[in-house]
Amino acid sequence: SIIKEMAASSAVTADYVLKPPPYSLDALEPFMSRQTLEFHWGKHHRAYVDNLKKQVLGSDLEGKTLDHIILNTYNNGDLLPAFNNAAQAWNHEFFWESMKPGGGGKPSGELLALLERDFTSYEKFYDEFNAAAATQFGAGWAWLAYADNKLKVMKTPNAVNPLVLGSFPLLTIDVWEHAYYLDFQNRRPDYIKTFMNNLVSWEAVSSRLHAAKAASSSSA
Amino acid sequence: MAIRSLASRRTLTGLKETSSRLLGLRSIQTFTLPDLPYDYSALEPAISGEIMQIHHQKHHQAYVTNYNNALEQLDQAVNKGDASAVVKLQSAIKFNGGGHVNHSIFWKNLAPVKEGGGEPPKGSLGGAIDTHFGSLEGLVKKMSAEGAALQGSGWVWLGLDKELKKLVVDTTANQDPLVTKGGSLVPLVGIDVWEHAYYLQYKNVRPEYLKNVWKVINWKYASEVYEKECK
Repeated sequence: SIIKEMAASSAVTADYVLKPPPYSLDALEPFMSRQTLEFHWGKHHRAYVDNLKKQVLGSDLEGKTLDHIILNTYNNGDLLPAFNNAAQAWNHEFFWESMKPGGGGKPSGELLALLERDFTSYEKFYDEFNAAAATQFGAGWAWLAYADNKLKVMKTPNAVNPLVLGSFPLLTIDVWEHAYYLDFQNRRPDYIKTFMNNLVSWEAVSSRLHAAKAASSSSA
Repeated sequence: MAIRSLASRRTLTGLKETSSRLLGLRSIQTFTLPDLPYDYSALEPAISGEIMQIHHQKHHQAYVTNYNNALEQLDQAVNKGDASAVVKLQSAIKFNGGGHVNHSIFWKNLAPVKEGGGEPPKGSLGGAIDTHFGSLEGLVKKMSAEGAALQGSGWVWLGLDKELKKLVVDTTANQDPLVTKGGSLVPLVGIDVWEHAYYLQYKNVRPEYLKNVWKVINWKYASEVYEKECK
């Protein structure tokens, strides 16, 4: 199915491995502190991976890819036990790769053109992404995603991600409180602005978009 | 002018309310942040003063502010007969109203050690806990386990089912009040397991927060509620 192809070509191959971010833990300072990375990657993300391994051992999910587990345990929203750990392992690897030192600002080229096509302007996209991230109540994620040849902004609760909703993820921001509390406390809007202005890796988003379009057209 | 200097905020609010009434509109009851009955640092070392201050002044205050805004908008939508606007506001009311309800209970569920925080419940609640959970330790173990296992944000509760006349342990997601799990449920003790409730002090180790929070649980308040509901 196209969803499986999208998942497979998303270039996140977590498969129960705690992959380090593609930069050192202090490289995002002063916008995201080393302390945050030490806990967020070193404790939270690590726990999702370790707990997933324990959870699937001896079950019929053992040996299955991460993508397979996520798609099969989503169960139309009636989540099966392994979903949380599997999806969170995937989401966090995707999140680290959505950022880079010296990131943020406005994209260019094809990506900017598509954002302007589907949101009228980059500023309108920025506002919509900000609003989604700010209004996801409780724990969750905000996304830029691709489906039916269109870019769209989505927000999801807890561990849910666009893969299980039939869309191809391109960019994410973690809005669980653990993602920003040490640096911003309750000030989630400041965290979101900092992410957009200083951290987003548009290169990663572009290459994911490229993969999404290839996956879509190969299933057409 | 003398009249202008008398126009305090309260007077202007009174004028607004009067004009609302003249137009045949009810003025709605809005809410304010309740004061804590103890200093921010009074629950240390179980819960840090830094957490208590941010939790109360920022998080709970935001729920109150946003709840009031949602209620104002609801009032207007009701008066206009705008059914879809009314329905659309329900999630904002649940989130923010629930947040206000739950946190108002939470501050009363906590007490400094020197004011009885952590002292086991006596009287009828103590007996009921032993009956339903074997012992206070049994209850604490169950609530801590359920609180630790809760994915995302939410609360773990000790409640009284008024209809079935028994104590229950349950969890709610996000800011859902306990009553959303059953109309006859009365909250006795709620423990906030949103990350904002413990992160600055306990970081990712939620079980450690749950181990320590019992040292400042105000069983006197829970007993009062229980005895009142049992009459």
